[in-house]
Amino acid sequence: MGAEFIRHVKRNFVAYIALLPMAAVVIFAYLGTMAWSVRLSFSSSKLLPRNDFVGLNQYVTLFDTSRWLTSLGNLAVIAFFFLLICFVLGCLLAIFIDQNVRGESLFRTVFLYPYAMSFVVAGLIWQWILNPDLGIQATMRGFGFSGFVLDWVVNPRMVLYAVILATVWHGSGLVMALILAGLRGIDGEIWRATRIDGIPAWRVYVSIVLPMLRPMIITSLVLLSISIVKMYDVVVAMTNGGPGTASEVPAKFIMDNLFERANIGLATAASTVMLITVLMVMAPVIYSQYFRKGGRAA
Amino acid sequence: MTAMKQMVAVSAIALAAATGIARAEEPLNAEVIHWWTSGGESAAIAVFADAFNAAGGKWVDNAVAGGSAARSAAINRIIGGDPSTAALFNTSRQYHEIIGEGLLNDIDAVASKNDWDKVLPEPIANAVKVDGKYYAAPVNIHMPLWIWYSTAALNKAGIDKPPETMEQFLADLDKLKAAGVIPLALGGQRWQENSLFSAVLTNVGGAGLWKSVYGDKDEAAIRSPEFRKVIETFVSLKPYVDAASPGRNWNDATALLIKDEAGFQVMGDWAKGEFKQASKEIGKDYGCIPGLRPDSPYVLGGDVFVFPKTDNAEQVKAQHLLVEIMTDPAVQVKFNNLKGSIPIRSDVDVSSLDACAQLGMKIMSDPARQVPDASQMMEEYVYGSVQDIVTELWNTPMTVDQAVDRFEKALKG
Repeated sequence: MGAEFIRHVKRNFVAYIALLPMAAVVIFAYLGTMAWSVRLSFSSSKLLPRNDFVGLNQYVTLFDTSRWLTSLGNLAVIAFFFLLICFVLGCLLAIFIDQNVRGESLFRTVFLYPYAMSFVVAGLIWQWILNPDLGIQATMRGFGFSGFVLDWVVNPRMVLYAVILATVWHGSGLVMALILAGLRGIDGEIWRATRIDGIPAWRVYVSIVLPMLRPMIITSLVLLSISIVKMYDVVVAMTNGGPGTASEVPAKFIMDNLFERANIGLATAASTVMLITVLMVMAPVIYSQYFRKGGRAA
Repeated sequence: MTAMKQMVAVSAIALAAATGIARAEEPLNAEVIHWWTSGGESAAIAVFADAFNAAGGKWVDNAVAGGSAARSAAINRIIGGDPSTAALFNTSRQYHEIIGEGLLNDIDAVASKNDWDKVLPEPIANAVKVDGKYYAAPVNIHMPLWIWYSTAALNKAGIDKPPETMEQFLADLDKLKAAGVIPLALGGQRWQENSLFSAVLTNVGGAGLWKSVYGDKDEAAIRSPEFRKVIETFVSLKPYVDAASPGRNWNDATALLIKDEAGFQVMGDWAKGEFKQASKEIGKDYGCIPGLRPDSPYVLGGDVFVFPKTDNAEQVKAQHLLVEIMTDPAVQVKFNNLKGSIPIRSDVDVSSLDACAQLGMKIMSDPARQVPDASQMMEEYVYGSVQDIVTELWNTPMTVDQAVDRFEKALKG
C-alpha cells in the first residue's frame, strides 16, 4: 500500500505541489484556528488569551448560563421549522415554475432575489414590516381594523416565528433554484411513461422524481443547515436577541461573549460545543456517503 | 564640468533644505479611535479636535459606530502591534486587563503636573489609576440615571410638581396612565432595562445598598429584604411601559417625551442633547430629576481616553498633548456643554452650563453622594451576567426568590 502510494505521488508530482498552498491554508487557517479555539476553551481567558488550564470549568459555567440554554432551544425550534418550510416551499416553487409557465424567467428572478440580499437587510425589512407601530399592524389599524394585532417581533412567545418568517423568505429561493436545476435534468421519457401508466402527477413527483433529485436535495439541506448554524446577522438586525432573551441564538451568544463581554474562554467553549454538535449530525451522513462499502464516493 | 558640479551642489542644498523644512513643519499626528458618531457627540469631539489642531497637533479621526465595535477595534489594533494614538473607553474596568498586560502608556507625568489627585472625584480617580499610576484621561462625568419628564404630559395628568419620592413617582405613573399618556418611556434593550433597574436600586436602596450589592457583592445584602423590595418595585413598573417598547432605541424613547406622548424616562444626561436638538427648554418643556430621595446617590459614569503603549517619541509627545488639551478647563466646559455631561474638574467656570448640569455639579461636589458606576465595581463579564438577569426579570416571569439566587450566583463570579 505504501509503495503504491509513493509511486502515485511521484507520477502526479506537479499536481500535489499545486495543491500545497490550499493544503497549507486548510491546515493552518481552518484546522489550526479550530484547534486554537478548542485550546482556549480550556483556559480562563477573559479579554486576552491566557495560557493556563482550568479543565472543564468553562463548559460547566456554559451549561449553567440560562442564556446559552435558551439559545440552544431557540436554535432547535428555528432549525426544525426553517428546514421544513424552506424545503417544502422551495420544492413547490420549483415544481410550479417547471410547469412551463409563461414569464418563467421573471418568476425565477423574483423568487431568487431575496437570497441575493444580505441577511441584515432581510432582517431589517421584516423588523419594519412586523413592527407594531410602523408596519402591518399600524397600516391595518389605519384602514379601520382597530382590533388588529400582529406584534410578533415584540411578543416573547411569537418572536421566533417572526425570525423564521424572515429566514424562510430569504432562503426558499435558493432551494427553488437548486431543485429546479434538478427537475430540468429529468428525462422527458419518464413523464411520458408515467402518463401511459396513469399515475397522478403528485405521485410521480413524490415517489419517482424527488428520489432522483437526491444530490440536489442533500446539497440544499446542507446549505440551509449552514445558514442555520451561523444565524447571527438576521437576529441582530431583527430583534437583537429580544425581547429579553427570547430570540437569542448560539452564534449571537458566542459573538457577544467574544467582543462585548470580553470572555473569550466562555465563547470558545460555546463554539466548541457547536462544532461537536455539527460533527455529530454530519458524521452519519459522511460515513454512509464515503466510508461504507458500497457507498457512493460523492 | 563646473556647470555639472554646480548643478549637483545646488540640488544637494535644495534637497537638504527641503527635507529640513518638511521636518520642521510636520505636526504631531494623533489617530483617535472613538464611537461618537451621533450629531451631538461628533460636535462635542470636534471641540477636542479643533483645540488639538490649534495647539500644533494633527487630529486624525477614526470614528467607529457602536461602543463595543470601537473598543474591539482599538484592542485588536493594540494586540496586533499597530495601535492608534488614543482610544475611547468608558470609565469602567474595560481597559484594566490591557493595563495588566502592559499594553498602555501611563500618563503620570501629565497627571501629577495638573494635580489630578486633588481635582478628580474619588470614584473617577479609582477607575483611571492602577497601581498608583494614571493610565487613562477622564474627559467627562455622565450620570446614567436621571429621570426626565415632559411638562406638558405631566400637566395633562394633573401632576403639578415633579415627584420627590418613589411613592410619589409610582402615584404619578398611575395618574399618567389614567390620562391616556404612556407613563414610562422605555426602550426594551438590555442596557436600558439595566439602567431602569439601577435607578430603582439607587432610589429604593440608597447608596449603601448599591455599594454593598454591586461593590462588595455581599451575600447578606443580596438576600436582604431591601434588595427584595428593589426587585419587586422594578417588576411593578412593567404595566407602565407601552407594548411597542422592545427593541426601541433610547433616542426614540426620548422622542416620545419630546412629542409629549410619554411622561417619564430614566436615561443618562446625554438625553439632553436630544431635547436641545428639538429646541426644547429646561423648565418649560422638560425637566430633570436627579433622584427620588433627599440623599440620592449620584452615579459617576463617563468616558476616558487610553493611550496604547508606544516607544515612538513623537507619539508619546502627541499623547501627552492630547491629555493636556482634553483636561484643559476651558476646553472641558465647551466639550461638556455639547456632550450633555459635566466636567471632571471642580475648578471650572460653570456659569455657561445649563440648569440640569449645574444641579448635577452641585450634587456631585458632595463626596458622600458620589458612587461609582456598576461597571467600575465588577469585571465586564460579571456585569454582562447581571444585565442578562435583569433583562430576563423584565421580560419573563421570574419569582423574587429565583432572581435573588441568580443575582448571588452571577455576582460571586
